[in-house]
Amino acid sequence: MNEVLNFLIENEILIYLLLFTILLGFEVISKVPSVLHTPLMSGANAISGIVILGAIILIRTTDPSNVYTLILASLALLVGSINVFGGFFVTNRMLEMFNKKKKN
Amino acid sequence: MEKILFLISAFLLVWGLRLQSDPASASKGNKLASVGMLTAIFSAIIMPLEDSFSNLIWILIPLSFSAIVGYLIAKKIQMTSMPQMVSVFNGLGGLSAVLLSYAEINKWINFSDSYDNTVVIILILSLFIGSVAFTGSLLAFAKLDGYKWSEKLTLPLQHIINLIFLAGIVVISYYFLITSDIIYLHTIIAISLVYGVFFVAPIGGADMPVVISLLNSFTGITAALTGIIFGNIVMLLGGILVGAAGTILTILMCNAMNRSLLNVLVGGFSSSGSSQKRKEQGDIKEISDSDFAVQLFYSSKVIIIPGYGLAVAQAQKLCKEIQEILESNDVEVKYAIHPVAGRMPGHMNVLLAEADVDYSKLIELDQANEEFKTTDVAVIIGANDVVNPDAIDDSSSPLYGMPILKVWDSNTTVVLKRSMSAGYAGVQNPLFFKKNNNMYFGDAKDSLQRLSSELKNL
Repeated sequence: MNEVLNFLIENEILIYLLLFTILLGFEVISKVPSVLHTPLMSGANAISGIVILGAIILIRTTDPSNVYTLILASLALLVGSINVFGGFFVTNRMLEMFNKKKKN
Repeated sequence: MEKILFLISAFLLVWGLRLQSDPASASKGNKLASVGMLTAIFSAIIMPLEDSFSNLIWILIPLSFSAIVGYLIAKKIQMTSMPQMVSVFNGLGGLSAVLLSYAEINKWINFSDSYDNTVVIILILSLFIGSVAFTGSLLAFAKLDGYKWSEKLTLPLQHIINLIFLAGIVVISYYFLITSDIIYLHTIIAISLVYGVFFVAPIGGADMPVVISLLNSFTGITAALTGIIFGNIVMLLGGILVGAAGTILTILMCNAMNRSLLNVLVGGFSSSGSSQKRKEQGDIKEISDSDFAVQLFYSSKVIIIPGYGLAVAQAQKLCKEIQEILESNDVEVKYAIHPVAGRMPGHMNVLLAEADVDYSKLIELDQANEEFKTTDVAVIIGANDVVNPDAIDDSSSPLYGMPILKVWDSNTTVVLKRSMSAGYAGVQNPLFFKKNNNMYFGDAKDSLQRLSSELKNL
């Protein structure tokens, strides 16, 4: 229990950030027409691929002789970045269609 | 330097997401967010780290490979498969978090002095949520794609079994912390993966959009958790942002169906479907090709209600063709879009946009319900539950309370459908038996083809 408490105290700023970001996330999305639900879900999904930053940092801090960790982290990077790139491209394709309409 | 870049990328991600909640700026928002993401990736590659090695090749190969694969998938995919696609992508994001946490925990086992227990607890949590998002998304994909087996995975007492699984994970995690024996870790992963399946299994296929949105926010949370471990603020921020936004989006979607999230998760449709004993249904009328064509041709106002049937049959272009024929004869044609028509909110808008249907021709629920009163023919193409009068009349119906399109206010309704089978919610639709309703059977594409050639002959 003490450990957890210490962790919270050590990362005080992080916890504050966490709380405010939750509120920010709620606020950013709160008024969305249903037309945009699918593209928004897809776009948010692409952003959740931010987890690949962890994979990049892990790869960079792993000793080159530790091939096992390198392979695991590279795989994480591989599947995660399909999520990122695919997600952004798909979202873009969906939204372009709305745009095309606007100009006509 | 990299600190400034991270700051910029964090700003771009938040602002990009913000812009995506307005139709006019959505496309720009997505582009901003993707620039933010690229900046973040670039910063993570160049940022100075203690004890870092030059493993660049391990980073660049997967990254460029995925960029190409992601681009190709996004380019090739059919617009109708969009919901499935999002769920597969989300599953990959979950898998990524699982692999990452697993690799990090393995590092901890080998050099345990540099970690404290809190870090490991966070990693296990991320492992668990990531696994659930992974298998859950794959099952959601199977359900959306219509694999029959995916609807039959539920065990008796599923909800109790799920609770036992959760308790099991907590207990095993405790043992893992004390012993740091890798066997326990593998067991945790295995149970979490199965739990993901069980979590989604009882939920009806029609509710998959809600589930995907929820699993999406799960993936966001894992990103945030790993962000804490790696001490990376952008990961934390991006992850929490998606987690919070995903949760709100999930709730918005539930609201559009007039149901609570809990009700969706417990599997509302499937569990109450059996209590449906149908009263007298009466007869249905079929309409012939030529009658249908004539009726449309001499109307002054026609409203088309598209549904999933239109999407699977890929008939949106034919739909537009018929719209043009009618319009050249001074028939006013509009499309009434139900918020949850298709398998995902906005699904129909995307589909019709693909067929170049003018954006201003699409009307939303409330406006449509006003306009039906002055409509000659309402044409329902492959939609069912969203026009079911039981949602208003029958309090025992699982659809009861869902806002629906009151198509029967129009002079006549014509339902294009493959057969008399029930809709996604598994309930029969009394609309089909109403006096002013006609049925026009067949696959949406064939039916519209027949109709279109008939119209051209007039």
